[in-house]
Amino acid sequence: MYEHDVIVVGAGGAGLRAAIAANEAGADTAIVSKLHPVRSHTGAAEGGINAALQEGDDWELHAYDTMKGSDYLGDAPAVETLAQDAREDTMRLEHWGMPFSREEDGRVSQRPFGGLSYPRTTYAGAETGHHLLHTMYEQVVKRGIQVYDEWYVMNLATSDEDDPNDRECHGVVAYDVQSGQIEGFKANNGVVLATGGPGQAFDHTTNAVSCTGDGHAMAYRAGAPLEDMEFIQFHPTSLPSTGVLISEGVRGEGGILFNNEGERFMFEYGYANNSGELASRDVVARAELTEVDEGRGVDDEYVHLDMRHLGEERILDRLENILHLAEDFEGVDGLVEPMPVKPGQHYAMGGIETDENGQTCINGLYAAGECACVSVHGGNRLGGNALPELIVFGKRAGRHAAGEDLGDPEIRTGYGDDVEDETETDLPVQPGAAGLERSGGVAADGGVAADAEGALERAVERERDRVDRLMNKDSGVQHAEIRSKLQQAMTDYVNVFRTEAGVKKALKIIRECREEYQDVYVDDPSTTFNTDLQQTYETRNLIDVAETIALGALVRNEFRGAHWRQENQIRDDENWLKHTLVSWDDGEPSIFYRPVILEGEEKTYEPKERSY
Amino acid sequence: MSTQQQEPETQEAPEDPEMKGTQSPQERRLEEKESGLTEDADSAGDLEGETVHLKVFRYDPEVEGKQEPRFDDFHVPFEKGMTVLDAVMYARDEYDSSLTFRHSCRQAVCGSDAFFVNGKQRLGCKTQIVELEQPVRIEPLPHQEVVKDLVVDMDHFYDQMHAVEPYFQDEETPAAADLEEQRQSPENREKIKMSSRCIWCGACMSSCNIAAGDNEYLGPAAINKAYKFAMDDRESEAIKEHRLRILEQEHGVWRCQTQFSCTEVCPKDIPLTEHIQELKREAVKKNLKFW
Ligand SMILES: Cc1cc2nc3c(=O)[nH]c(=O)nc-3n(C[C@H](O)[C@H](O)[C@H](O)COP(=O)(O)OP(=O)(O)OC[C@H]3O[C@@H](n4cnc5c(N)ncnc54)[C@H](O)[C@@H]3O)c2cc1C
Ligand code: SF4
Ligand code: FES
Repeated sequence: MYEHDVIVVGAGGAGLRAAIAANEAGADTAIVSKLHPVRSHTGAAEGGINAALQEGDDWELHAYDTMKGSDYLGDAPAVETLAQDAREDTMRLEHWGMPFSREEDGRVSQRPFGGLSYPRTTYAGAETGHHLLHTMYEQVVKRGIQVYDEWYVMNLATSDEDDPNDRECHGVVAYDVQSGQIEGFKANNGVVLATGGPGQAFDHTTNAVSCTGDGHAMAYRAGAPLEDMEFIQFHPTSLPSTGVLISEGVRGEGGILFNNEGERFMFEYGYANNSGELASRDVVARAELTEVDEGRGVDDEYVHLDMRHLGEERILDRLENILHLAEDFEGVDGLVEPMPVKPGQHYAMGGIETDENGQTCINGLYAAGECACVSVHGGNRLGGNALPELIVFGKRAGRHAAGEDLGDPEIRTGYGDDVEDETETDLPVQPGAAGLERSGGVAADGGVAADAEGALERAVERERDRVDRLMNKDSGVQHAEIRSKLQQAMTDYVNVFRTEAGVKKALKIIRECREEYQDVYVDDPSTTFNTDLQQTYETRNLIDVAETIALGALVRNEFRGAHWRQENQIRDDENWLKHTLVSWDDGEPSIFYRPVILEGEEKTYEPKERSY
Repeated sequence: MSTQQQEPETQEAPEDPEMKGTQSPQERRLEEKESGLTEDADSAGDLEGETVHLKVFRYDPEVEGKQEPRFDDFHVPFEKGMTVLDAVMYARDEYDSSLTFRHSCRQAVCGSDAFFVNGKQRLGCKTQIVELEQPVRIEPLPHQEVVKDLVVDMDHFYDQMHAVEPYFQDEETPAAADLEEQRQSPENREKIKMSSRCIWCGACMSSCNIAAGDNEYLGPAAINKAYKFAMDDRESEAIKEHRLRILEQEHGVWRCQTQFSCTEVCPKDIPLTEHIQELKREAVKKNLKFW
């Protein structure tokens, strides 16, 4: 068994920042990550980091923009903390040597981004995430923080009181991908989950293969609710074969979208008569899919993004990296042919419910980064607001886990007297655990674990048994089959367009996936680098996470931010200024709501129409 | 087991740098790389509706039948835009779930999937299948211990990266305490731009004959990492000298024999050899100062 004060699960921007903060607060800190830190998907972010750095800009404007962008589903204490701390934390990156792009006077450059009232997106070329990730990893090396890389965290070790609010997290169980060894990692002070997004729940995504929502699923099964999972951002221009993102820059420079008849559909069919291709992400994504659904898609799948008319010189000058992306990942030369694009899952606004200090309702369990929902993005994330979230809330979670006092949080977590139960929606199938899985819950073997070691040992035993079961079974279904069925269902029915009937259909297929999963087996007999086993674990997590997304999409019958429902295509502030929470409750999901907090430090944010 | 002994199939004769007029070998290689001259072939052309033949290296130290390295054949249906990574993922998901390789981002930023493809170090996700001659031969990176199939042990690579104190040392900056913004000219930022693009894929190290013979050689990626800091004006002269001392030790910059293999394989087009040469010059300058 390994033992540290603070265990950080994940080594993307949020995990690295949390580890540095915990280390600086004096805690013996370790990072456990299934990927080597520099492989984390934070490295893929291109655009930038929003922070009010310049005179003329201030944090209040940043907070206002963020709240408006969230379609009034962000919690003011979190939104204001983000806006207030982003400056200091961005400057800290600069002091750690991050190579930001520079102006003639030597200051860091900032540029305009969608939904911002001031050009406050700070960037480092077209590789902001790459530099942020590497700069922070360098600081981890400098401080000698222990990194267990290529260790896959399988589950949390929590105590098993009936009420999740009384539970405590004592550590994690992980396995060494290289050797297959399964070990407990005891956390004396706290565990910080920083496992990134759940994009692999969808068939087509800009997220990495490793973005499988492991942290979401582990926290959920331990009793921490998942919040606002229905809010998924789809990016309108991703390459069809891989999901690689083609940035808004192309449309910003004048790139045009065409359907298979060569019509400039954003205008011709009136999707956005004023802004056309530059309308917000969700509007363009819905327009593209409508074209395809109505038979005007290319190959019945995508539309064309054309930039040839901009001329070779301008393209090479401003959009050279796009040429490389199209060439390398799609085999298309953007100078001579239009680029195929379609909407792809991009970002999850929801996640593990936390307060401003990153803590969940389970004592000692924290979450930060894309896996968490604190909530700053509410119904819709503004471009450039995820990276500051990583550093601001990663830092806070790390410090709090290390024992620093950050003041009492204003955001409440877990089931409590301020929530409202969901009572109205009929479910087409029973969600939650199936068969054997049900007995794998927190309180499975009865009685409250006496102490931390006991809880950890039992958690380790459970995972060893599970691995034995999966490895010893020699026929059945393989994870890849279940995973692709799940991803297809999500992309077919819980995508940009959502209808009650469609989402119900998805829930049925998810149920089937759960049942098939009872019969899953791992074919590769090796204990060395068994990715078959790892992916089998990940697939289970994807099923749980996909189900919460679909449940949220079913109950929230309104159109807010990125979530669109056919039956009620308006933002319904009367009924829906509240967060959706799904909690596992020992295998049977229950759904409840918590009101959004719109009262800030000094002012209240009045919901206004989100038009730009 | 190790692939230390394996010789690249398409070893290129060292070329005479004088052959092409005033162009430096560095420039010429980068140019060739851009124009695609160093690709195996574009003869494969249009593969629509066909299958792609892969020959994939297999090895597992504990599984019977895999302890002796072998090649497995896979025939994968071609799709437009298919990369080498797409092809091995297809083979794994549809034919053999034990086929093992690292991968994550699928967009050339995580550096996980450098393989030895048709005799050259390449990123699987950044290599279009149509550009390769068939059968496409996919092997783990040479000169590194093979853990299993296409997975190699990266520890040595990481150790070398860590050996150059790869972190900003800001003790000298007065602004550190109150986090005041440090100024940096756009020119200086441009100077370190290419060096800062490294994704730690290990392709350069694997292609380097010197690294193959001298296990302690820092290697192109680590030296390039040091270059990024040494050239950044935000660090002080004293720290730069400290960095140069690390680089000029026995297994540092002077080992490089400017063979350019690293530069040729780098998927991020970093002019590695040029950076190493520049550091040699800086080291000489620094030493002259003290004589
Ligand atoms: C293409 C793209 C472009 C983007 N551009 C921008 C932008 O310009 N600006 C912006 O603000 N945001 C952007 N975003 C969003 C932003 O980059 C992400 O939300 C953010 O980087 C997520 O960081 P993270 O630290 O939460 O997770 P990640 O960086 O994904 O890291 C997750 C970590 O968790 C580890 N992990 C996961 N599961 C386990 C497990 N079971 N056991 C052990 N370890 C585990 C992984 O190894 C990894 O280290 C972009 C996103 C994408 C996909
Ligand atoms: S220098 Fe290039 S080849 Fe070497 S590790 Fe970095 S990205 Fe890979
Ligand atoms: S998969 Fe990330 S670099 Fe190829």
